[in-house]
Amino acid sequence: MNYDFDFEFLADRWPDFLAGAWLTIQLTVVAIVLGFALGTLCAVLRVYGHPLLRRLVGGYVEIIRNTPLLVQIFIVYFGIATLGLKLSAETSAIIALVINVGAYTTEIMRAGIESIPRTQIEAADCLGLKRLQVILHIVLLPAMERVYPALSSQFVLLMLASSITSQISAEELTAVANLIQSDTYRSFEVYIVVAIVYLALSFLYRIAFWLIGGLLFVRRRRLGTAL
Amino acid sequence: MSRAEAVLPAEGQPIDQVPIVRVTGLEKSFGPLKVLDGVSFAVQPGQMVAVVGRSGSGKSTMLRCLNGLEDIQGGTIEICGHQVGRPGSWNKAQLRSDVGMVFQSYNLFPHLTVERNITLALTLVQKKPKADARRIALAVLEQVGLAEKAQAYPEQLSGGQQQRVAIARSLALSPQVMLFDEVTSALDPELTVEVLKVMEDLSRGGMTMILVTHEMGFARRVAHSVIFMHRGRVWESGPTAELFARPQTIEFQQFVGSVL
Ligand SMILES: Nc1ncnc2c1ncn2[C@@H]1O[C@H](COP(=O)(O)OP(=O)(O)OP(=O)(O)O)[C@@H](O)[C@H]1O
Ligand SMILES: [Mg+2]
Repeated sequence: MNYDFDFEFLADRWPDFLAGAWLTIQLTVVAIVLGFALGTLCAVLRVYGHPLLRRLVGGYVEIIRNTPLLVQIFIVYFGIATLGLKLSAETSAIIALVINVGAYTTEIMRAGIESIPRTQIEAADCLGLKRLQVILHIVLLPAMERVYPALSSQFVLLMLASSITSQISAEELTAVANLIQSDTYRSFEVYIVVAIVYLALSFLYRIAFWLIGGLLFVRRRRLGTAL
Repeated sequence: MSRAEAVLPAEGQPIDQVPIVRVTGLEKSFGPLKVLDGVSFAVQPGQMVAVVGRSGSGKSTMLRCLNGLEDIQGGTIEICGHQVGRPGSWNKAQLRSDVGMVFQSYNLFPHLTVERNITLALTLVQKKPKADARRIALAVLEQVGLAEKAQAYPEQLSGGQQQRVAIARSLALSPQVMLFDEVTSALDPELTVEVLKVMEDLSRGGMTMILVTHEMGFARRVAHSVIFMHRGRVWESGPTAELFARPQTIEFQQFVGSVL
């Protein structure tokens, strides 16, 4: 193989890569925060909610988990347009990502919530805590602690999967790469660079989740137990 | 079923004092399984009543009914003035502030410090300022001999210490009646002693206590009266010394014979 690698394009296009990476970070951080909130709420409803709500949440989770993300993105993007609303590609991307990661978060948090022994809830009840107080103070944090590795992996996956939003021309990292490779015809090199940037982002996210875990799970930090 | 319906007088207290707990004809079923079949008894303020009986006789279920953790199918429960069990006839929040409950499995909240385990309900339920809650927590911890563990997490404590914290946590809310369900059953004998000591002190301090226990020695020595449950009924009950001296039923005799 005598292929001459040429990374010349980096000299003047690297700010574009950075801008793309920055947009990827913005999109996915917003999607993760909102998706986590949505998923946690759904998980609580799934476990403690009215039977009808439980079914509804179950349906949402199954639909999302059994359809491709790209299709979900298209549906949100074109669906919103059809409704006559004018939303940017980025906003549509975020909405689709939130709906997607919300479903996965629901399943993961549900497992966490169900792992909290009933006796914990009963003890809190006997102390006079109201239902919502029990969920907020007794259930959620330990539940999240138990599934935190799965949860953070899911969020990293979402960051990687966000590359697919380039399909509706959200100007994130992969879209930037697509553009640069069509300008330079250096497809191989461009995607190698993009792969490295994604790797770096994954690493960054994992560190961030590790730090957040330390902040949230004070007991682990104080007792030095690994997550 | 002799003496089953008797009102149990605490030592030195007049019999006609108003009971703080009165259960009459309590019935409870799980589906087709009738677990409590007409349980009646009364407890005077300041009494310690030990509930004993074989496994499956309905002791835990009875205790859970008292605290409104189970719905009931028949009879009445009156505890600290609350009519428990009839839907709509009692206020759960008020019942919770008057009746404390401690379980076999301690049920401390693992992610919170000992102190926070205790202050949680003080701040969230009783709406006490943080400083007050903290003071109360330290006082009850002192009472169970664990003041120095305030900042520890439950997993750093022995089973006996965890159970004492659980008692302290319940005590902090200043209940009028405390319910204990086999609080020493999960403990090694040497840890059992320290928990029983705490309960004995509580009783001496005048707390009304109903405890389901397998510690017959303790029940015999400390409880003012004993209720023997059998097949979902109060089979035999009365002042401790009298009951053990002259058991009336063959079942109680056999039970005592099997555990002592
Ligand atoms: N939630 C429940 N659903 C169905 N049956 C139950 C339930 N809780 C208790 N039971 C049944 O009720 C009966 C009485 O149980 P309970 O726990 O009150 O007994 P106990 O006297 O406390 O026994 P032990 O000494 O073993 O704790 C048992 O037959 C038990 O299987
Ligand atoms: Mg029991």
